[in-house]
Amino acid sequence: MNAPLALLAELTHRCPLRCPYCSNPVELTRASEELATGEWARVFREAAEIGCLQVHLSGGEPTARRDIVEITAAARAAGLYTNLITAGVLLDAALVARLQAAGLDHVQLSVQDADAAGAERIGGMRGAHARKEAAARLVRDAGLPLTLNAVVHRQNLHSLPRLVEIALEWGAARLEVAHVQYYGWALANRDALLPTRAQLDEATRTVQAARDAHRGRLVIDYVVPDYHAARPKACMGGWGNRFLAVAPSGRILPCHAAESIAGMAFPNVRETSLRAAWEDSDAFNRFRGTGWMREPCRGCEHAERDWGGCRCQAFALTGDAAATDPACALSPDRALLLAAVAEAGTTEFRYREFG
Amino acid sequence: MTPRFAAGVRLHHDVARGRWVVMAPERMFVPDETALEVLRMVDGARDLDAIIDALAEKFDAPREVIAGDVRALLDDLVVRGALVT
Repeated sequence: MNAPLALLAELTHRCPLRCPYCSNPVELTRASEELATGEWARVFREAAEIGCLQVHLSGGEPTARRDIVEITAAARAAGLYTNLITAGVLLDAALVARLQAAGLDHVQLSVQDADAAGAERIGGMRGAHARKEAAARLVRDAGLPLTLNAVVHRQNLHSLPRLVEIALEWGAARLEVAHVQYYGWALANRDALLPTRAQLDEATRTVQAARDAHRGRLVIDYVVPDYHAARPKACMGGWGNRFLAVAPSGRILPCHAAESIAGMAFPNVRETSLRAAWEDSDAFNRFRGTGWMREPCRGCEHAERDWGGCRCQAFALTGDAAATDPACALSPDRALLLAAVAEAGTTEFRYREFG
Repeated sequence: MTPRFAAGVRLHHDVARGRWVVMAPERMFVPDETALEVLRMVDGARDLDAIIDALAEKFDAPREVIAGDVRALLDDLVVRGALVT
């Protein structure tokens, strides 16, 4: 069994934005159920003890928590490389300075589109885009490294060349171009978000050209949408292999979307140590390694490369989390994916909201 | 020339795995033994000559031999984005 390398700390599900592809579960956790400051501090110490080197402070919007500075300091005190994943709309100069003093290492700022009108329609928050630009400036002025995260899909892929320019203008050293992954809210909005093959091919060309044009100034990470792929992604680098997440409720997850798989029970940091969850829980052992696989994954030459793809996607599309991810060309359920591509085309969003 | 770590980059002791790692935004790498010796001398105050002197003394090696190795390593670490000069 490997030790985990990174912890995703979902500090809250609260967020001023309402993005229709939000990676949070459709059933959002309320503020009253969130872990307290001291509980997070203990989680960070436990994570470092079992081998985590890095924590992603995420949400929801992590800066919606009033104790975000104390949480950041606790993560750094535990010895973790501390990455803030933020929408940026709640940042001001004073907060950036306090986060930096607390030891924050890096900021990843999300952007919904290249222009204010598009970004604000997609994110569902008026004025957000200008605030993000201001937040980028605050982060850069503080001397903190900045990554811009652009989630791309059917309704903003035409803006990708401009998004690359924005990354440069806003002073980011890295740009993450992440095609939407379809679980939770994004699955509910799949018909509005799924790109066409032509859009995807154009985006891939744009990324390649931008990498060549801006080598040495801007690193571009590219996450492809597996609805158009022949091989599935190695989701999380394998279930229970290098990554764990803790939800606002304290539940310990092999992947932030794992709660979408019906019938699974997850340990909670209020009752279980991270070590016990990682090493001994049914949730982490269920799809660890290759022993759980059936054909065509069992015995496949790719089994330890892509780990059968994504368990959440297998469940979302086939109803069986132990099935081969339909993103694999060898999956007997491949037609489900192709049908989704064929059916996509609406422009109507169902915005994220508390139920 | 006084090398220092780039913004968001630091050397970190990976206790669980008994090694040192260079942590950077959205990535990490494991330096080899020689690179680690150089990185541990980088404190933003020591300049290139001071780093070479310190390593020559530590390893009881001729200064000109150490100097070539250190220059090559620093160049590599700058290209990789870990250090700035």
